[in-house]
Amino acid sequence: MADMQCEIVSAEKEIFSGRITKLSAVGTIGELGILPGHAPLLTGVRPGPIHLSLENGEEEVFFASGGFLEVQPGLVTVLADTALRADDIDEAAAITAREEAQKALDENASEFDYGLAQARLADAAAQQRSIEELRKYRR
Amino acid sequence: MAGGKEIKTKIGSVQNTQKITSAMQMVAASRMRRTQQRMSEGKPYSNRIRSMIGHLANSNPEYRHAYMAERDVKRIGYLVVSSDRGLCGGLNVNVFRKLVNEMTAWNEKKVEIDLGLIGKKAVGFFRSYGGNVVTSVTDIAEDAEVEDLIGSLKVMMDSFEDGKIDRLFIISNDFVNTMTQEPTIRQLLPLEPEDDDAYQHRWDYIYEPDARQLIDGLVKRFIESQVYQAVVENTACEQAAKMVAMKNATDNAEKMVDELSLIYNNARQAAITQEISEIVGGAAAV
Repeated sequence: MADMQCEIVSAEKEIFSGRITKLSAVGTIGELGILPGHAPLLTGVRPGPIHLSLENGEEEVFFASGGFLEVQPGLVTVLADTALRADDIDEAAAITAREEAQKALDENASEFDYGLAQARLADAAAQQRSIEELRKYRR
Repeated sequence: MAGGKEIKTKIGSVQNTQKITSAMQMVAASRMRRTQQRMSEGKPYSNRIRSMIGHLANSNPEYRHAYMAERDVKRIGYLVVSSDRGLCGGLNVNVFRKLVNEMTAWNEKKVEIDLGLIGKKAVGFFRSYGGNVVTSVTDIAEDAEVEDLIGSLKVMMDSFEDGKIDRLFIISNDFVNTMTQEPTIRQLLPLEPEDDDAYQHRWDYIYEPDARQLIDGLVKRFIESQVYQAVVENTACEQAAKMVAMKNATDNAEKMVDELSLIYNNARQAAITQEISEIVGGAAAV
């Protein structure tokens, strides 16, 4: 099966580097799946899971909180603002963060920063989604 | 006992200096480990974004960002990264020497130069050397953030956009290993295409959602990450150079103490011998 090189780096460290057969992520205008031989592409990444199918048939899930994705012949690069292995996300913390963000949104006080709260909610929701996706593949 | 006392005092003062330098060596060693870690953490990102920008500069997008414009060189800008503190051997001097050589070469081609300085040592150097300093930032903490540098950077980027400067370089130390730091000049603007034949043909990315928005964001991120990485790397270099310089100072002090003790012992011996011969001489005379 054809494969391609994949590099995921965040501002803090290199998260993943290896051969993969498929990558799916959440792009700026929707979900996208990249297979080997994809045309050169440059897109933004929205908070959400990045899902890799490795060469040896294993699956890996990462969480990215935004960044850029570049496809070159035989190479996919994800420059994430922050990225985590989905295993490393603390699910309880993600859920709490989500609830709190939702609560803040519901209260919607006058001098309240609506945009920030919404961003936080999206972030927390995306983290939780990554965990759920990871679970699916574990089973 | 001629000079015995003076030599003794001198030994004492050298030993005190040695204590200080060896303490500084240890401080630098522990800081170096921290700064080195920060440096290596940021490296993958800055390397990846550099090659991504290299690809981008090779492509033929329908939207040309202002930073891609290759112009005739009449005036150029340098961002000079130096340390805030001294006592780190030839670290800063090497950077300045390399830069001055470059500047002379440009001057011969009638190209004028703007300087953006980072770090106290650069400010001090160019105050006496001269040069058209446009911006300077000093007192960059060890845990520098991009925000600390952004003001200075903005000035340089704006003058590129306005066509005041036609190229922007950054000069800083590359961390080769603890013993070696290499002053390096990199071109920031206009964006440099990657030297790879595979990308020389006409091609372009598919952009989602649109080229302008993406390229703007990516280019800004690129410049920030390059400058930030240069500063972090320079800090690691500074600590490494300081550690080595202080180790040498400590070793030299050790050597000096040895020599001085030898002189001191010789003087003491001579004094005793003289005293004895005086006594013997006196007794013989009686």
